[in-house]
Amino acid sequence: MVPSGDPRPRVSRSRVFLALLHRDMRVARKELPYFLIRTTLQPMLFIIVFGFLLPRMGFMRGNYTATLLPGILAVSLTFASIQSVALPLVQDFGWTREIEDRLLAPVPTRLIAAEKIVAGVLQGMISALFVLPIARLIMGPIPGLTIAYFPLVLLIVILGAAAFSSLGLLLGTAIEPQQIGLMFSVIIAPMLFFGCAYYPWAGLSAVPFMKWAVLINPLVYVAEGMRGALTPSVPHMPVPATLAALVVIGLIFWHFGIRSFERRAIG
Amino acid sequence: MTAPAIATEKLRKVYPAPNGGGEIVALEGLDLEIGAGEFFGLLGPNGAGKSTTIGILTTRILPSGGRACVAGEDVVSRAVAVRQRIGVVPQRPNPDRSLDAMENLVFHAAYFGVPRSEAARRANALLETLNIADKARAKVDELSGGQQQRLMIARALIHEPAVIFLDEPTVGLDPQARLALWDILRELHAAGRTIVMTTHYMEEADQLCDRLGIVDRGKLLALDTPAALKERAPGGTLVTLTLDGDAAVTSDAARTVAGVERVEAEGAKLRAYTQRGGEIIPALIKAAESAQRAVKQIQLREPSLETLFISLTGRTLD
Repeated sequence: MVPSGDPRPRVSRSRVFLALLHRDMRVARKELPYFLIRTTLQPMLFIIVFGFLLPRMGFMRGNYTATLLPGILAVSLTFASIQSVALPLVQDFGWTREIEDRLLAPVPTRLIAAEKIVAGVLQGMISALFVLPIARLIMGPIPGLTIAYFPLVLLIVILGAAAFSSLGLLLGTAIEPQQIGLMFSVIIAPMLFFGCAYYPWAGLSAVPFMKWAVLINPLVYVAEGMRGALTPSVPHMPVPATLAALVVIGLIFWHFGIRSFERRAIG
Repeated sequence: MTAPAIATEKLRKVYPAPNGGGEIVALEGLDLEIGAGEFFGLLGPNGAGKSTTIGILTTRILPSGGRACVAGEDVVSRAVAVRQRIGVVPQRPNPDRSLDAMENLVFHAAYFGVPRSEAARRANALLETLNIADKARAKVDELSGGQQQRLMIARALIHEPAVIFLDEPTVGLDPQARLALWDILRELHAAGRTIVMTTHYMEEADQLCDRLGIVDRGKLLALDTPAALKERAPGGTLVTLTLDGDAAVTSDAARTVAGVERVEAEGAKLRAYTQRGGEIIPALIKAAESAQRAVKQIQLREPSLETLFISLTGRTLD
């Protein structure tokens, strides 16, 4: 193709990517208090009831908190990653069309989609790392809790957040604004309850059908992986298996999420 | 002769019909060539295919057939290069509501690789020019419709694009804001920008554009300068007489007046089309008087785009 007389050099993709990320982080910073309340309040309430009140009433045996804490972190992560990607997109594509100024950026559309996922990962990490110390504070001493494997915790957080942000991208571009309530009750709520967040996967041996059915739920691998990294003494899946599952699920959601975004962005 | 800023060839877009039945043709074989520095208008009623055309040229809609180039780059295979060279003002203001006015501009510039300090300098200059400098730190929700539209124009200009697209930029603006926007567009044109605007307002197209394409139902019906298009309007000048009673009784007499090509009567109004301009007025008054009607008011209209549009499509613009 003949050059068109516009002498401007092409803008580097990484530079545009960082500008897009900078925008999302600026907005996240402005909304940080609301963001934390929205994504961590529900897990905190769980901590208070199941990690503080019930153990003191004598309903829970000693090391239940060691099972619950990693699960609660997984739940915060899920909530934060899905919401921070899906909610603005549902609004942008369905109603305000605000995202158009970014869709005009001189980069391939899938890079704009990928940026949304990365921004979601960062917000998921912030949420999980915010809940961890507070949960520990409310629950009191947790038998077997260790931060010796913190890099592993971080790896699981990143992989889990990437999988859920990609799912957020898929949901955010596939769902109409009026169905957003449905997204929470039909997709997210069952995922949280059947995600082995509040009980260990090994415990489902009592209901073998459930034990296999829940394996399609990505939250299971985040919760179980977290147990392996934070409270290795409680029963948990082998950590390498949880990592492998998160990579596979993450890639599937990534693929379909970005494809859905592209379809929605280009008419 | 420089390369055209925009060229389309047999451009076509079909959408699947809702409810599954067949397809809707939004654009049917559009051939266009728009020169660099030209102010080009696409005029047509709602649903004519104007926004689809803009959508394809701005890489937001994929064509179903044919091809289109903007600034020498193909809109499909070289979409990223096209985006680098265009600025877009949307039909409905869609500022980033999570950011203030200034941030809207600086971030948009950043998406195009403009360094921060340079972006801030340009943003200040644009806000000043567009008369919204006092709103730089305001949330965009605090801006009026007209101010938001001006912010959209600033956003479309901040990365200094070669071609600017405006999709119905004055819809929803009050008359004063509309005139202010016209002035801004005239200045941009004078500064040598290529501008492509869609509108369904005749007057706007007539006042601003170098050339106009009249589109309806996905087809380009006419393409020329506003003056040349108006000359093609049927019957030339329109003379309207307002009478003191029903005008129908005067139409037969009016038809016999030399130079009158067509006569329409509606209520108390008698409309006569002629190539002879005001010359026929005395004879028309006599014709009315011969039918026992007195003339209360006379109005003369130059050949207009509206009359041309009606003759091309059989319907009015709105």
